[in-house]
Amino acid sequence: MSLLQVKNLGVQFQTPDGYVYAVNGVNFELEKGQTLGIVGESGSGKSQSVLAMMGLLAKNGKASGEALYNGQNLLTMSPKQLNGIRGDRVSMIFQDPMTSLNPYLTVERQMTEVLQLHKGMTRREAKKRAIELLEAVRIPEAARRIDMYPHEFSGGMRQRVMIAMALLCEPEVLIADEPTTALDVTVQAQILTLLKELQRDFGTAIVMITHDLGVVAGLCEKVMVMYGGRVMEYGKSDDLFYNPTHPYTIGLLGALPRLDHDGDTLVSIPGNPPNMAHMPKGCPFSERCTHATAHCVEVLPALEAAGNQTSVLRACHKPVAELQTIKEKAYV
Amino acid sequence: MSERQPILSVRDVKVHFQVKSNNAWPWTPKKTLKAVDGVSFDLYAGETLGVVGESGCGKSTLARAILNLHPAKSGEIVWMGKDLRKGTDKDWLAVRRDIQMIFQDPLASLNPRMNIGQIIGEPLRVHRPELSSAEVDKRVRAMMTKVGLREQMINRYPHEFSGGQCQRIGIARALILEPKLIICDEPVSALDVSIQAQIINLLKELQREMGLALIFIAHDLAVVKHISDRILVMYLGREMELAEKHALYDAPSHPYTRALLSAIPIPDPKLEKSKQIQILQGDLPSPINPPSGCVFRTRCPLAQERCGKEEIVLHAVSDKSQSSCLLV
Repeated sequence: MSLLQVKNLGVQFQTPDGYVYAVNGVNFELEKGQTLGIVGESGSGKSQSVLAMMGLLAKNGKASGEALYNGQNLLTMSPKQLNGIRGDRVSMIFQDPMTSLNPYLTVERQMTEVLQLHKGMTRREAKKRAIELLEAVRIPEAARRIDMYPHEFSGGMRQRVMIAMALLCEPEVLIADEPTTALDVTVQAQILTLLKELQRDFGTAIVMITHDLGVVAGLCEKVMVMYGGRVMEYGKSDDLFYNPTHPYTIGLLGALPRLDHDGDTLVSIPGNPPNMAHMPKGCPFSERCTHATAHCVEVLPALEAAGNQTSVLRACHKPVAELQTIKEKAYV
Repeated sequence: MSERQPILSVRDVKVHFQVKSNNAWPWTPKKTLKAVDGVSFDLYAGETLGVVGESGCGKSTLARAILNLHPAKSGEIVWMGKDLRKGTDKDWLAVRRDIQMIFQDPLASLNPRMNIGQIIGEPLRVHRPELSSAEVDKRVRAMMTKVGLREQMINRYPHEFSGGQCQRIGIARALILEPKLIICDEPVSALDVSIQAQIINLLKELQREMGLALIFIAHDLAVVKHISDRILVMYLGREMELAEKHALYDAPSHPYTRALLSAIPIPDPKLEKSKQIQILQGDLPSPINPPSGCVFRTRCPLAQERCGKEEIVLHAVSDKSQSSCLLV
């Protein structure tokens, strides 16, 4: 049995204008020590799908489907049961390190609270353990800095505090929601190296949510590309980067400014991100896809194995061979 | 290149802020934060200069100093042969007709209570009061088409647009006066990848069409690579390296530039997993109390004793590149 198994996960929000389907039919499995990358632009539903698993959706949100952690469904659990798991066995790192730490409490209080609750440690034991973890994420003078308030740390340091906090109970699954988006590239490199090392040492499975395909390339074995609340392509990261089979993935790779290519113009994806309240009936990407036909607008493509490549799942009506032309254009 | 006259030359510009220190008595003297500390460069017509650095390196302050939005403490800013620092408010008004700015946060830089037509037309009403309102309207509509907005949107308000569209509005507002230089302060950092590419391509296209010079500020060396001719790398208010694009990416001479380049993730699993990342140790020092000598020496893998003692100046490494590192 997989450590984490997500089956047909959906998220709906009730709004004055009717239901908004933010996430539809997300499936994935995660084994111990594996890393899954979920890539997508703002509004693609990548964050909402993990928030749903953690029971952290907004009040008007509702999750459907199943998210099985060791066979237990996280979505139907009582808050009490869920509290026993989240923060302990499954923990999360949030995007904004400033707003996700409590500014009124010292780092020590915020960290020891977790251990006192989940592990029943005394405050003194908990503090000792918290200092160990802060040292593990390489915060200098951890024993002194633990008594400081979040505002006394820099952005990169705060994100390290967040990571230390998420790792306090040695979770089996770590969900990282854009952990480096708010940080500078050199700090991002520090944090990513740290995550890799921690994964090696603790064997944690990581779900990495990001909009940066570069971050995914270095860290993840499997990648899921989302657009408009649906999975566009899902497969091993090598297959996805070297042989993308979905027009959106191809477009995304072409639009990325990169150091290893010397091309002068970027191949942009025309149009604007979709409005989640008014999604097309068919493929969500059809409005911006250069290959879209009337069939694409009307009929939703299923997520299926891509031709001869069985390791990749894709949701597109067009056969892979037909897309070869735009791929060549994107890689000149 | 020597015969060409620069349109903008910046010489040894310093922008300092006075800040109160923590837990100080009211009579404790204020401390000086050196946001920009001695930056010099030339900009030629039609050229793009990329300014790169991490948060807090003074790149935005530099941009604002060029437009006198934060007055520079010392140094020269010479626009078309005229030193602007001695200029009056009236001179500045004239200069701002030629130098426009695009800001980072696309939505926050647009007045929510004005519609798009008013926003894009405002520079015309300020700088060209002689134009009739029909003429202003005509120019606004022409500019909207140019930046890829539909003319019918003219009466809409900023909140009705997506981030990418808002940035297009900001670009239209900057271009309507037909300036010679546009300072882009992280124009694409807040946008999604697919939209980012659209905006970069749009800026390049408009530059070619109108012969604009651009100062393009970004924290990401990969983005800058696609738009700049020359690149200035800043760290803690100082210049680290100023080089032509190919010289900088092929043979970065400053250790900080090398660290920045190696930190950028490459979207290629094999390359990315095998590459050597040069991790910078520690955090950015405080600009209130910067290290002596080379400001980068506290985190530099090559730092020697002399780096803290000798005076650091930007010197030529080759004809295409200048570096402030003592060791090259």
